[in-house]
Amino acid sequence: MPDTTRHAREVAVVAFAQSDHRRRTDELSEVEMVMPVLHQVLAQTGLKAGEIGFTCSGSSDYLAGRAFSFTMTLDGVGAWPPISESHVEMDGAWALYEAWVKIQTGEADTALVYSYGKSSPGSVRDVLTRQLDPYYVAPLWPDSVALAALQAQALIDSGETDEAALAEIGARNRASASSNPYAQLSGAVPQGDYQVAPLRTGDCPPIGDGAAAVILAAGDVARRLCERPAWITGIDHRIEAHSLGLRDLTDSPSTRIAAEHAGVFEGPVDTAELHAPFSSQEVVLRKALGLDGSVSVNPSGGALAANPVMAAGLIRIGEAAARIHRGESDRAVAHATSGPCLQQNLVAVLEGDRA
Amino acid sequence: MSTTGKEPVAIVGIGQTKHVAARHDVSIAGLVREAAARALADAELTWADIDAVVIGKAPDFFEGVMMPELYLADALGAVGKPMLRVHTAGSVGGSTALVASNLVAARVHRTVLTLAFEKQSESNAMWGLSLPVPFQQPLLAGAGGFFAPHVRAYMRRTGAPDTVGSLVAYKDRRNALKNPYAHLHEHDITLEKVQASPMLWDPIRYSETCPSSDGACAMILTDRAGAARSPKPPAWVHGGAMRSEPTLFAGKDFVSPQAGKDCAADVYRQAGITDPRREIDAVEMYVPFSWYEPMWLENLGFAEEGEGWKLTEAGVTELDGDLPVNPSGGVLSTNPIGASGMIRFAEAALQVRGQAGEHQVPDARRAMGHAYGGGAQFFSMWLVGAEPPAS
Repeated sequence: MPDTTRHAREVAVVAFAQSDHRRRTDELSEVEMVMPVLHQVLAQTGLKAGEIGFTCSGSSDYLAGRAFSFTMTLDGVGAWPPISESHVEMDGAWALYEAWVKIQTGEADTALVYSYGKSSPGSVRDVLTRQLDPYYVAPLWPDSVALAALQAQALIDSGETDEAALAEIGARNRASASSNPYAQLSGAVPQGDYQVAPLRTGDCPPIGDGAAAVILAAGDVARRLCERPAWITGIDHRIEAHSLGLRDLTDSPSTRIAAEHAGVFEGPVDTAELHAPFSSQEVVLRKALGLDGSVSVNPSGGALAANPVMAAGLIRIGEAAARIHRGESDRAVAHATSGPCLQQNLVAVLEGDRA
Repeated sequence: MSTTGKEPVAIVGIGQTKHVAARHDVSIAGLVREAAARALADAELTWADIDAVVIGKAPDFFEGVMMPELYLADALGAVGKPMLRVHTAGSVGGSTALVASNLVAARVHRTVLTLAFEKQSESNAMWGLSLPVPFQQPLLAGAGGFFAPHVRAYMRRTGAPDTVGSLVAYKDRRNALKNPYAHLHEHDITLEKVQASPMLWDPIRYSETCPSSDGACAMILTDRAGAARSPKPPAWVHGGAMRSEPTLFAGKDFVSPQAGKDCAADVYRQAGITDPRREIDAVEMYVPFSWYEPMWLENLGFAEEGEGWKLTEAGVTELDGDLPVNPSGGVLSTNPIGASGMIRFAEAALQVRGQAGEHQVPDARRAMGHAYGGGAQFFSMWLVGAEPPAS
């Protein structure tokens, strides 16, 4: 029995579904992309939308190119009669956190969490520059790959890694993705040319569209809905300073603090699903989470195999949970990130009942 | 598994900026920090006392900053702490406060800073709401163009006379004169001036619409132990709920959405309210266009269907009436969109703390904060009291 005494209620991930992640989905609206995933995750539990206690989603108006974009995807949930529902303008991992808090209050026993993002209609590298300080930095349009390259170079300069090691990370993730039917990139993907030195194409995530959904349930409801629930024994998230000049880019203290509060270091971990869109960021996260060679890192292929912005973090929690559901993991850590160079990080520990 | 129930949640600090059309003197970070610092000062706490930050605002297009919580982490003392960003359209200010309240109620954190803001002067909200989207009904000219037909439907359905909307606007603008933080201070306001103002979206006149404001509102929420240390009387959360329904479908009642009715019913159930008209002393209601006061009076159960306008016409909702609605001057006087819902929630709390100054409703013991958003599809509400909740 996993130790869930840290919080008032036992809460588990009992179902997970995701779309095929693809470079473009011109023929699909966001609603059309999300609806099959919602149907799949509900079908796994036999629940109907109206039986869910709380619903929470994560998405970004900036990706959609319009204000209040999430109002339309709510229509896809079928929110009638009216439902108890909320939305975070963040990766779906934080929507899951809000739902987990709601269940902790006792006001809900189940929650549907979903998130989605279509990066294909615009230039996501440019779009993400709008996350920067709007007065001093954003006007310079430093794009997300350039900022990640600063972090990668800082790691190389400090001796933490080198370009060959980064290439191995990219190759390992894409090789792992061969067993993931939803992945966008898998198998032997060439490392390619520099995008922004020292990062080559293989060090960077694919650009793509996708959606994911998770169902959470408390206590005996979870046991009824799932043969082997993935109990969330700890979950926490932390943010760091925004200005890159104020941070040591080779470290992620926010990940470490979140991991401490989530209880990562209180026992051995067999699986880690890390939201590291760039190979160099896996180096930072492994260090912050204290992961050694015994841990299976990103068996799904991670964000280097599929990076639907706003859903990639929720997918890490879903993938870790799915491994517990299948009996392939007993204690997994799932991680999600947001902001330039791992500014904001969420860490969850998922555990299955021991046989 | 523990079943000890929820931790009671207290509001011990409230801070607002003076809302104005354009705060050219501060950045977005400066604006939010001002409200947060005032809330901390009100609670006599410091940044170090805050365990987590929950921030809300309306669409990122309103300022042109994507996920501004990332940039605002430093300004809100959130570095090293958890920071959540809520976005539920116009209801976001209320939803944000409820998410923060849940963190305390669930005993995940003990003391939480929650804040909502909009700095509308950095962009153009009308444009931000009117981006063309394929295969979807256009919002036409901002929110007014969307809501005017529903006001007209209300008038037809209830037989309300044309004058009711102007009465609401005249009342709220006069109430705003008593609120130092309100944006519009129209010292020469008269009912005739409201009625003579230009027609914008028939039947909505210029003086019956909300302004575009820069502003922020912050609250400090804490647990029972935190409330015991509070230097000023806390307000206590007696009930809070969110409800959503789809934007567009054949069965939707835009005049009185089911989600609003269900949300209010849930809040009253939690708070043990059976007769809201008698048991609630003040209401801070999200009224961006004046006609929404009579509409929401019905939707929230303060009046029978078709009767809301009669309460307004009889002066029941005046500051010295039987059921004061928007003693602060409301959204009609102050509308930093993302913050507007939280201002409603905070003003309700100010009333039961007895801290509302010149617009204080005498001996207000229970007050309601209300917000709505999207195509009148998202609702968030809370009911606060001067006494701790019974259980």
